[in-house]
Amino acid sequence: MRQEYLLRLIAGLEEPTDGQILLGGRDVTDLPSAKRNIAMVFQSYALYPHMSVRKNMAFGLSLNGMPRAEIERRVAAAAQILQITELLERKPKQLSGGQRQRVAIGRAIVREPVLFLLDEPLSNLDAGLRVSMRVELAALHERLKTTMIYVTHDQVEAMTLSSRVVVLDRGTVSQFGTPLELFYRPANLFVAGFIGSPKMNFFETASRGADGQDITVSGEGFGRPVTVGLERPVPCPSGTRLTLGIRPDALEIVAAGSGHVAASVDLVERLGTESHVHLHLQASGQRVTAIVRGNHPVQSGDRVDLSFDPARCHLFDAGGEALPRALDAETRSLIDREKQIRTSLSTEEETHA
Amino acid sequence: MAAMQAGKRRARFSITPYLFISPWALGFLFFTLGPLVFSLTMSFYDWPVVGERTFVGLDNYRTMLMDDPMFWESLGITSRFALIYVPFNIVLSFLLALLLHHARFGVGFFRTAFYLPSVISGVALVMIWNWIYSSEYGLLNYMLSFAGIGPVNWLGDKNLAVVAIIVASLWGLGGTMLILLTGLKGIPRELYEAATVSGVPGWAQMLFITLPMLGPMLVFTFITSIIAAFQQLTIALLLTKGGPQNATYFFAMYIYDNAFKFYEMGYAAAGSWIMFLIVLALSMLVMRWSAAWSYYEGELKSKDGGHDA
Repeated sequence: MRQEYLLRLIAGLEEPTDGQILLGGRDVTDLPSAKRNIAMVFQSYALYPHMSVRKNMAFGLSLNGMPRAEIERRVAAAAQILQITELLERKPKQLSGGQRQRVAIGRAIVREPVLFLLDEPLSNLDAGLRVSMRVELAALHERLKTTMIYVTHDQVEAMTLSSRVVVLDRGTVSQFGTPLELFYRPANLFVAGFIGSPKMNFFETASRGADGQDITVSGEGFGRPVTVGLERPVPCPSGTRLTLGIRPDALEIVAAGSGHVAASVDLVERLGTESHVHLHLQASGQRVTAIVRGNHPVQSGDRVDLSFDPARCHLFDAGGEALPRALDAETRSLIDREKQIRTSLSTEEETHA
Repeated sequence: MAAMQAGKRRARFSITPYLFISPWALGFLFFTLGPLVFSLTMSFYDWPVVGERTFVGLDNYRTMLMDDPMFWESLGITSRFALIYVPFNIVLSFLLALLLHHARFGVGFFRTAFYLPSVISGVALVMIWNWIYSSEYGLLNYMLSFAGIGPVNWLGDKNLAVVAIIVASLWGLGGTMLILLTGLKGIPRELYEAATVSGVPGWAQMLFITLPMLGPMLVFTFITSIIAAFQQLTIALLLTKGGPQNATYFFAMYIYDNAFKFYEMGYAAAGSWIMFLIVLALSMLVMRWSAAWSYYEGELKSKDGGHDA
């Protein structure tokens, strides 16, 4: 609910106890909601049930004294963008979930605001519709070029729609960055566990010492230690507790005795393009998920070894904060490009776990 | 043999559900529908409490409408009463409900306090008002004496008596208020927030969101208020006994007197049916009129159903 509260603060529906709200450099903290020139799309859509779609969209405008011709022009334009022109005379009750969603967005568009606030706009739609509306929202944003703040619990929405993501963890900003930054450089354990599906695997390890930018770690049941390269040297005396994080697709299943740690296969989910392998470590019993491409011959009950790709390992200190990992040149340039392109669009997005 | 058993079973099964609803069904039959039909029959008879009953056809109705000045007088008094009572009842209830809806503290206390008069029996209520209105030792005159206003004969004055009864009747608006309060609470908060963000001023939110959304509740309270106004009996009967000079001689009292003072049961029944027809006509009028401005949830499903159903 805190992310919703944040939206309501920006919208002017709640009063902050402290701090400032700046909108395009302008302090709007004490400005009434109506004067902030923003539009909000509610999770429940909040359509006026007794008004037609046309009236729903025109209601706010006509009460602000906008000339009728201008209102009609805006409603027609928004309806055309959202492809709801033929629904204009209907009541919300006669619309499907997706259509109501469009009307709610249309009601926001006609205001021609400087900022859109969207509170989990797709969460009430079924899975199929959610995907297509997501694509449409992205296209709409491309077209309007207006900043949107979008609250979602869905990491796919966060990754695909946004240029900047704010990850909120129990009310505090956990990380602020571009989607790929979140994925490749999660700032802490929370973000690392939240972004990516299936979840990143974590292993409790201890440092075996640092050598320049490389840190060697080993955990319970590890046959051999893993050496992870960092971006810059970090002091890390031997014995320091570290959490090793590795995404399921960076784990390799190899013959017993030839990898880093021994594991037993519990279950294999074969999805065609990839297989999800659920295992547990033989030493600690800890559960691990690995993704292998295509159909791997492993079967449940198999005893195998897991091999870690050091270049794809994440290290977190005892406080859960990430150590700066070294990225390959390709990924680095990808993130840099993302920062440039998306900044020119100046879009923002919020997400919350 | 097998067929007979099956038939028996089917018969037993078909009667079970009716047995379950029989307490209500019998109650309705004997205490609602029965008296209803009975009173309709009665209204076509000259039906003294003791003595011979004779069928007179529509004579009761004809006499009432053509030759009985008391009928028209009491109907006029009731109409004037309703004309003031109904709007005041709805508007005041609505304002109280609004206050309670937006109140930040003491909501539970005030809700109970406002509703309390509706729980008190009519007779007790009249006793209280009798004391308030009393010209010699009444609370109202006592209060007014501080402002230097001399004792007012509230119940003895031809014009003030009606006002006194209207005020006493309005004291029981807790029920109406509660219905409207429930209605207000049922309107999603987001509708107002969406309006606020798009710069819709408060008065417009009231006019274009609250009132239409509250429509069905308002219509309901409108109709029940009309019915209450026409059935007004207890307060007038006990507070003023129809006086002074018949100034508070309500239509319900006219029916009551016909039945229990003049023992003309048939004539009284005819009066009841006329009252029923008037209330029915008014209710239908309200429903038809409200269709223009109120919003019904199920409206779109029964497009051809109409609103006067």
